[in-house]
Amino acid sequence: MALALQQLINGLTLGAVYGLIAIGYTMVYGIIGMINFAHGDIYMVSAFIAVTAFTLLAAAGITSVPLALAVVLFVSVLFTSVYGWAVERTAYRPLRGSTRLAPLISAIGMSIFLQNMVQLTQGARVKPIPPVLVGGFDIFEADGFTVHLSYSQVLIIVVTVLLMSGFTWMISRTSFGRQQRACEQDMTMTGLLGIHVDRIISLTFMLGATLAAVAGVLVTVYYGVVDFYIGFVAGIKAFTAAVLGGIGSMPGAMLGGVLIGLIEAFWAAYLSPEYKDVATFSILILVLMFRPSGLLGRPEVEKV
Amino acid sequence: MRAPVLVHDALTLAERCKDAASVALIGLLLGVPMVGLTTVDQGGALQVATRWPLLGAFVLAVFVGRLVLRYSIDRVSAGKRLRERAEGAATASSAGGAGWVRQLGIAALVLALLMPIVFSDNRYVVDTATTVLIYVMLGWGLNVVVGLAGLLDLGHVAFYAVGAYAYALLSTQFGWGFWAALPVAGGIAALAGLLVGWPSLRLRGDYLAIVTLGFGEIIRVVLVNWTDFSGGPNGIASIPRPSFFGLPFRPPGDTPSFAGFFGLEFSPMHRIVFLYYVILLLCLITNLLVTRLRKLPIGRAWEAVREDEIACRALGINVTGVKLSAFVFGAMLGGVAGVFFAARQGFISPESFTFNESAIILAIVVLGGMGSQLGVVLASLVLVLLPELGRDFSEFRMLLFGAAMILIMIWRPGGILSRREPTLRVARKEGGA
Repeated sequence: MALALQQLINGLTLGAVYGLIAIGYTMVYGIIGMINFAHGDIYMVSAFIAVTAFTLLAAAGITSVPLALAVVLFVSVLFTSVYGWAVERTAYRPLRGSTRLAPLISAIGMSIFLQNMVQLTQGARVKPIPPVLVGGFDIFEADGFTVHLSYSQVLIIVVTVLLMSGFTWMISRTSFGRQQRACEQDMTMTGLLGIHVDRIISLTFMLGATLAAVAGVLVTVYYGVVDFYIGFVAGIKAFTAAVLGGIGSMPGAMLGGVLIGLIEAFWAAYLSPEYKDVATFSILILVLMFRPSGLLGRPEVEKV
Repeated sequence: MRAPVLVHDALTLAERCKDAASVALIGLLLGVPMVGLTTVDQGGALQVATRWPLLGAFVLAVFVGRLVLRYSIDRVSAGKRLRERAEGAATASSAGGAGWVRQLGIAALVLALLMPIVFSDNRYVVDTATTVLIYVMLGWGLNVVVGLAGLLDLGHVAFYAVGAYAYALLSTQFGWGFWAALPVAGGIAALAGLLVGWPSLRLRGDYLAIVTLGFGEIIRVVLVNWTDFSGGPNGIASIPRPSFFGLPFRPPGDTPSFAGFFGLEFSPMHRIVFLYYVILLLCLITNLLVTRLRKLPIGRAWEAVREDEIACRALGINVTGVKLSAFVFGAMLGGVAGVFFAARQGFISPESFTFNESAIILAIVVLGGMGSQLGVVLASLVLVLLPELGRDFSEFRMLLFGAAMILIMIWRPGGILSRREPTLRVARKEGGA
């Protein structure tokens, strides 16, 4: 019971991170109908920026944790969103209206490029940082097992909930959100109505990168280590989450993220930690087989 | 009266500089966290190191690069517009390329056949050539899937691994020979392809990419963790090498050997050269199969599905079946290449079957020209030989692959050697109406 509760907490934390990344996939898929394979690497870039920023702050002698967190979040979001913009501008925009396969291959190329760029400029070794947030709450104790909720887990869940509410508000209420949804439905018509479609797509990529950046910072705080390969695995899992929840649907992405996080945590605790990735991918294949539109997605109608 | 000048052609120097400066500013923002700053491990805690000169050089390079790029794009498009105006309705013919490709192919074949005779005492050259041919085989397998059927397979290495492990286990556990195991291992890889393809191919094409990516990871994770089955991270060693019709390549002893049977002096080069010809033979069979299949209804259907899926469905083609056949065929070829790889190395471990390998195979197909057999050969040559030529280059190899994949998609979405033309096309009416 205590173990289950602990895994519930761990799974929710992990799921929140996957959900944040998954939204980037889902938004991009919704608007231009392509899988942005480089999205996981955007998240990895953000984690590296966070490591550099935390190290710089420590060198500057800033010890206040909330201040450091706020500064790192700001810096990381700023630079990572520029990365999101640049990725779209260089690798995807020239290919709009090309064959279906071309942007996918270009995205794979971008993912390989980003991974190796980080490996070359930042080194291939694992980067550890000293713990930023230490301590937590002991919720209760049973059978000699203490259920622990660390501050960083609280931080991840709170930030995710806040961001999600803000995001939902932005998409459903603001004029940008309306323009974004209009682009999703019919890009040509939206363009005819005087909306700068390219700008909306760029902003969508930047927003996706922003969420990935927050996820990158949170993970850096949570685990304390990053390496250039984290984007690959996190990217696949977040994509699985997006598909599970129904690609194109934002609440779906969050739900899928949480589900994947929970499955992974419970699988690792009760079955076998080595095969948790296998479990995730098998779920992806099963979902695609039996419910291709995902849990909250609408079935796709193909038009000529 | 002068015709109005198009704004695009008439960018002043100041405008060009402004454009390049804004791009350089983006470059600066991108460069600061990655190029300008880095963290170094100095005994315990990380330290931030700065590289401002490098960042300056990077931003300058972006600035100059953008100026040159913008200028050449404008020149090219202006030139194109002028030519269009001059030529009017004249059509540019680009036919007649096929003969040239054919001659090059024959020349390459002759070279490949003679190569080990010329370099019969140079083990390094023959070994490298064998590696090139393994990639050619993998590339041709993936080419059927990506180039002909237009399906993005990011886990081709999984089938390569299935083939390699199938042969390794069949030979070390059950004592199967290379030639007996070859078709069986190919069949097992094809079966794996069926298992992966069947659920995912019924859906939109993009999903296949991620499912194959996931499958590649599943295979790798299983191989690393299932120690009893695959030997875990240690892999499987002492895999038997192929023999020449039952005559093994070993120093003369009690049992008959290749050198003893033909009365030759034993030399380790015999086996190297023999392996080279085995993979060459496998490649030629593959090439024959693929070129023949392209002319059969199923091959035509592969290309038709790539060009327009909805039209195919409307014509009563079983789209899923067509895609599945291409995918399974590609998987089988990958498995056969894996068998050869295991037999040649004598040792395999999960290290050889990472995502990077999949990416390299995909890069070979994309760079060479999707659907072009010769393009795959040229791309394999370039991608295998370049890192061999310069050690410094190998560090940048994957970085350049990534960049090249993006650039080639932008400039020549069909790949360098391919015009992405379907083999068969209904003739357009010339100068009609």
